[in-house]
Amino acid sequence: MPIVLIIAEQQPDGNLRKATYNAIGAGKQLAEKAGGELHIALVGKDPAKAADELKGYGAKAVHVGAAPELEHYLAETYAPALATLVQELKADYVGMAATAQSKDLMPRLAARLRAAMATDVMGFNGSGADVTFSRPMWAGNVFAEVKLTTPVKAFTLRATEFPAAQGGQGAAEVKTFTPKVEASKTKFIDFKEVKSARPELTEARVVVSGGRGTKGDFKEIEALADELGAAVGASRAVCDAGWVPNDLQVGQTGKVVAPALYIAAGISGAIQHLAGMKSSKTIVAINKDPEAPIFQVADYGIVADLFKVLPELRAELGKLK
Amino acid sequence: MKILVTAKRVEDPESKIKVKPDGSGIVQEGLKYKINPFDEIGVEEGLRLVAKHQGEVVVVSIGGKEVQEQLRHALAMGAHRAVWVNHTGPLDQLGIAGLLQKVAEKEKPDMVILGKQSIDDDQNQVGQYLAEFLGWGQATFASKVESLESEQEKNKVPALVIGADGKTVRVIREVDNGLATLECQLPAIVTTDLRLNQPRYASLPGIMKAKSKPIEELTPDKLGVNVTPAIQVLKMSSPPARKAGIKVADVPALVEKLHNEAKVV
Repeated sequence: MPIVLIIAEQQPDGNLRKATYNAIGAGKQLAEKAGGELHIALVGKDPAKAADELKGYGAKAVHVGAAPELEHYLAETYAPALATLVQELKADYVGMAATAQSKDLMPRLAARLRAAMATDVMGFNGSGADVTFSRPMWAGNVFAEVKLTTPVKAFTLRATEFPAAQGGQGAAEVKTFTPKVEASKTKFIDFKEVKSARPELTEARVVVSGGRGTKGDFKEIEALADELGAAVGASRAVCDAGWVPNDLQVGQTGKVVAPALYIAAGISGAIQHLAGMKSSKTIVAINKDPEAPIFQVADYGIVADLFKVLPELRAELGKLK
Repeated sequence: MKILVTAKRVEDPESKIKVKPDGSGIVQEGLKYKINPFDEIGVEEGLRLVAKHQGEVVVVSIGGKEVQEQLRHALAMGAHRAVWVNHTGPLDQLGIAGLLQKVAEKEKPDMVILGKQSIDDDQNQVGQYLAEFLGWGQATFASKVESLESEQEKNKVPALVIGADGKTVRVIREVDNGLATLECQLPAIVTTDLRLNQPRYASLPGIMKAKSKPIEELTPDKLGVNVTPAIQVLKMSSPPARKAGIKVADVPALVEKLHNEAKVV
């Protein structure tokens, strides 16, 4: 029976990344299509508590590998640690939510396993041994259906394309394994967290983004985001101009988001920005230029000055409460 | 210091990409080609490091004769020489990393710099595969924090700093929720993120000089690499088109739509 192994990701504070639950949801879909069973893996210095949280998500087993050398995430130590488990389990599929960490780690792990890999998978097709992956290419301008022909198949998952797995589904067995520890040629020096009270861009249900039209004044963008409990995003132009931090960038070269609601204010809609947000369920565009390309992908558009619209929108939304 | 940098040939990022009606690929007519923008940032970073530490930048590309255009572009920017792996036909990331491994073993660079991803496949894999194949350290998504246009830029710590003994490189990486700093023993693999630097324009003398710089030709056979792909692209399609939206007159109308029609607020 094919085995689907989903790797859970811990944040530096030890909590699980929210996207992990979407990856488990995706793993479940894949296990069904492939006619296999779902397993979850977690490695780190002390991952037992986080692993315990994953018991009720419908996996056959949760595998925990602890070692002091795994305190700070490094591809060079995590890849061998996880490779041991993949080989012991004889897993056929190994996947993880597409995050900065998995994009660093998964290809290294795949290389070790001589596995072909698909990045940013959005869905699975076919069944049994013929399962294929659908994934974006050319910044989401093309969807490709790909087949991996190596014995082990690796992938990262676009979390927003898969429903988050729900807890309360029995208790999976928690099994410990001894991860292989290898000396790393790379040293962890530090991690500087950019702290924000707002949700992470790729995980937010609502995103409010500002473009050149803001002229760098993000106060109204932020105020609306806070009204909606939303994340703040930006176009590449405003990041390059230094008006907002780079990690807010939505686009092909920034973050790809697909929230339930995306509000684009003062964003004209360059190809590379559209690639990062056009999978959003509902798109609202606010722009003074009626010809702006953003209106071609927006469900609802308002041709007006964002500095006039945003405060009004915030007030109207407040009335709904 | 010897730095090997990749220069993949890709469609101009501003191009409109269309899928052929039969789903067998994309429409090639009318497309312009460029060096992968992330690789171009790699070339720039290589040139900056070599300007500081002496040495040479060797640029490598895999593909048919046409990839010489991208190699010449990198040479015109200032790269010293080029390696062309002559191969037509499909390749996957395992094959590409296998070829680059052999080139790296032949060239013995102190560092290989690759774009974090190419803008056609968007796989974001080759650097990491290569690091594992070579058994080297890796620092992906090397990035500068601040805007490249800001005044303070000149005083910022560069994202890639070679250690005093010349045996390590310290790299600032852009990751989710913040910035990570790693120190890799050399030789190492670095992949570039968008904001690492602003690639220079090739000068006219640079372009003239590039014409006489050597391009070495290799093949998968010569390198002893089997490049039969393990990733098969069965079909390509256009993403579902978004239904043409509507323009609403004012904010109350918008909120009404969002609340009652889209049901998102």
